[in-house]
Amino acid sequence: MPGPAIDLTIYDDEAALLAGLRRHDPDACTCLVKRFAPIVYARALQLTGDPDEAEGVLQTTFIKACDALDGFAGTSSLSTWLYRIATNEGLMLLRRRRPQVTLDELAETLRPDELPQHRAPWVGDPQRAALDGELRAELERALAALPESLRVAVVLRDLQGLSTEEAAEQLGLTPGALKVRLHRARLRLRESLATYLERSQRGDDERL
Amino acid sequence: MSASDHSPEQRAELIARLSDSLDGELPAELRAELQAHLAGCPDCRVVLDTLGRTVRLLRDLGDAPPPLPPAIEARLLELVARRLGAQG
Repeated sequence: MPGPAIDLTIYDDEAALLAGLRRHDPDACTCLVKRFAPIVYARALQLTGDPDEAEGVLQTTFIKACDALDGFAGTSSLSTWLYRIATNEGLMLLRRRRPQVTLDELAETLRPDELPQHRAPWVGDPQRAALDGELRAELERALAALPESLRVAVVLRDLQGLSTEEAAEQLGLTPGALKVRLHRARLRLRESLATYLERSQRGDDERL
Repeated sequence: MSASDHSPEQRAELIARLSDSLDGELPAELRAELQAHLAGCPDCRVVLDTLGRTVRLLRDLGDAPPPLPPAIEARLLELVARRLGAQG
């Protein structure tokens, strides 16, 4: 069942949305979901790498938010509050998984095979074609393929925009250790993108 | 000088500095040193540029979530409405 079509602009104002939710207005519920669920789900999926787990995080986040609505003081924005709940839920889930952390993931320096292999500049401007279609899919694939401890570092830092200190605290790491994971994750993603861009460039040349 | 002249340790250190510089977290003194190195090292310039583009793409990905699959949205809407007692 697709969500009902409603005019989302009636709750443009966050205070009005909160008031609507507190008096249990169905349109306010719909508005809350339509406005914030896509990003909460996307972030949960990036953190966990698993669609079912991401939906679990999404649902728990919204249930907790519903239950805590009356106590929500509004000192942060509704979105910041929701994203914080979602990040906590996602990280808790990862901790519960008790992953087999490999030595590879715990390395505290860059390994020689992680150093840049591709030395060619990127032709064209991948930024422009950026996030439509294939490049986006490629980046998501590369992100999902990272070992969990590296993926979490880059998701918190670059996708969710936490500071080094905030991300380190969330993960129980020193800022230095967080940075090493971040550097390693970025380098691996750069190599994946470079490989992809080289391949698609070759494909373009062959088609000419 | 090209990157192949750097020892693995030097390269690891350079990469860490390049990555820090993208976050504005490289101390001024090291920044000046890095600038001087970059001026003479085309390989490191390429790595800095492409690493910077990678990070920008990641940030874009974080800012622009794909649409929520309709089935997931429907299940969530039902759950939220029930939780808030707002069956419409």
